[in-house]
Amino acid sequence: MPKRVSKSRKPKLDSEVKEKLKSVGIEMTPETRSATFLLIDQDVKTISSFYKGVEILSIKDALEKYEWLQDYFWRAVSKDQDEYTREVEADYNGYFIRALPNAKIEFPVEACLYLRSPKKQKVHNLIIAEENSELNVISGCTSHPGVAGMHLGITEYYVKKNAKLTFTMIHSWEHKIEVRPRSAAVIEDNGIFISNYILMNPVKLVQMYPTAYLEGRNAKAVFSSIIVALENSIVDSGSRAVLKGENSSAEILSRTISKGGIVYAKGHIIGEAPNTKGHLECRGLMLSEKGVIHAIPELEAKYPNVDLSHEAAIGKIAEEEIFYLMSRGLSRDEATAAIIRGFMDVDIKGLPEYLKKEIDKAIEMVEKELF
Amino acid sequence: MDMLRVVNLGVRVDSKKILEHVNLYLQKGQTYALFGPNGSGKSSLLMTIIGNPAFKVFDGRIMFKGKDVTNLPTDERVKMGMAMSFQNPPRVSGVKLIDVLRYCAKIGGYSERDILEFAEMLKMKDFLYRNVNVGFSGGEVKRSELLQLMLMNPDFVMLDEPDSGVDLDNVALIGDVINKLLERDKDEDERKRSGLIITHQGHILEYVDADYGVILYKGRIACIGNPYDILEQISKNGYEGCLKRCLREFRNLENQNSIQK
Repeated sequence: MPKRVSKSRKPKLDSEVKEKLKSVGIEMTPETRSATFLLIDQDVKTISSFYKGVEILSIKDALEKYEWLQDYFWRAVSKDQDEYTREVEADYNGYFIRALPNAKIEFPVEACLYLRSPKKQKVHNLIIAEENSELNVISGCTSHPGVAGMHLGITEYYVKKNAKLTFTMIHSWEHKIEVRPRSAAVIEDNGIFISNYILMNPVKLVQMYPTAYLEGRNAKAVFSSIIVALENSIVDSGSRAVLKGENSSAEILSRTISKGGIVYAKGHIIGEAPNTKGHLECRGLMLSEKGVIHAIPELEAKYPNVDLSHEAAIGKIAEEEIFYLMSRGLSRDEATAAIIRGFMDVDIKGLPEYLKKEIDKAIEMVEKELF
Repeated sequence: MDMLRVVNLGVRVDSKKILEHVNLYLQKGQTYALFGPNGSGKSSLLMTIIGNPAFKVFDGRIMFKGKDVTNLPTDERVKMGMAMSFQNPPRVSGVKLIDVLRYCAKIGGYSERDILEFAEMLKMKDFLYRNVNVGFSGGEVKRSELLQLMLMNPDFVMLDEPDSGVDLDNVALIGDVINKLLERDKDEDERKRSGLIITHQGHILEYVDADYGVILYKGRIACIGNPYDILEQISKNGYEGCLKRCLREFRNLENQNSIQK
């Protein structure tokens, strides 16, 4: 790992904000992070990098500094995709994170988008993992207690040859917030893109369909998401992989729990090159008589030599499993919690220990919401 | 002293009666072998004793260590010292064997080190971080069940077919562990634990000596006696033949307590 280059002072934040940041994995500690970024509404509050090899700038500064960024800006996501992308184009802020060639950054970069005042937060982010680099990003998005508003976030990811980017997004909103991320990744030869998404509720609406374009040979994408929908929440979330490069592959895993909320768990894999492989796995757990889980897995082959599969299952917790654990001394509640925790424990391959811990922490918090 | 007293027990699943007028009495230190043809209600009896909510008691009661436990939830019965190994335990994906073992060790008062030691003994060390019962072979399931029971340190042990699906190499190991679990390796007057073992074919009795054998037939206890005699009769004359002989010999003995004395 490259050496630390600087220690930054922690920003002064009131305790309410700090608590919320913590709930989405944002620690603001140079000891466990390689770089840190905080956007409150449209203003950059903190920005610093602790390691050589990781560059972090506000998107505006980055566009000014590097003319070549124009080749990346609005390339993965189309400006005209919908009214929300157009709205962001007119007025935005956000981050630019880049792992330099050959830099292997184990400690995650943390980026937080905080919605404080009751209006729209419009964000455009760009992440580049240059050739042979390894980069982990934790993005925590949250809002101030009691605030109503909308978060529109464009994020474009570029994973170059032999690079690996792990992007973990933890969402924790309030029940009057509407969230519409628009994101897409472009992955080159032998590149790996791992996207993890955890949604903590309540939220009014989340609507997103992040897409990975696997353009290079042997490119690989893994999307995992853990979604909990409490009452009055609507979550319309899917992941899409377009397999364009020879031998490219994708895996989409989702675990959805409805405790009164409505979830559309979507997934879409498109195979359009030789020897491509994709698998989609949607599992849902209904914990309440209210609520809906609607799993919509889609497979699309546009080339003969593709191997695409999916499995989807929705159910309730098996009484037999609860009883079995009770026979080992767990109370009914403990047994139920253990099974739910197990349900959410997606075994994400290639995840660094640090991130695994962050995800476990987030899952623990989700559990608290459920009991 | 009383360990378990099942009194006139009637059990149904949904609307179907599956056990009726079942009486069974186990003293401290005694181990019973429970025989019976398929579908006679052996597993149902064990499930009811441990408190599976799918098995509804419509008649009679279950006394454990002098206390009526008929309406207690399973975990409370377990905390009082009951334990049961399942014939076909469910796969619980996402819950690792080690997590379950830690709960068991908590009940039994064992440490993390003990967990590893027992796991080593039962050749289950490689399975600790696997989801419990997911992809386990028949024999592995049985060893995992016994490992959990060992850690629970129970006073009363119920084993549902602990030897089925176990390969020959491991039957002796399973037998050894059951002997430890039931204190069959101790002198008779030192044994404090009791056991109830379902065995369809009786292989396990070559390794574990039971004090009594009972036959459960059509939802009732039909016969009590020397387990090895019963086993011999069953293998010679089948259940029907065994029962005929049994009824002839014990015609006038309604009360099983007097049989034991």
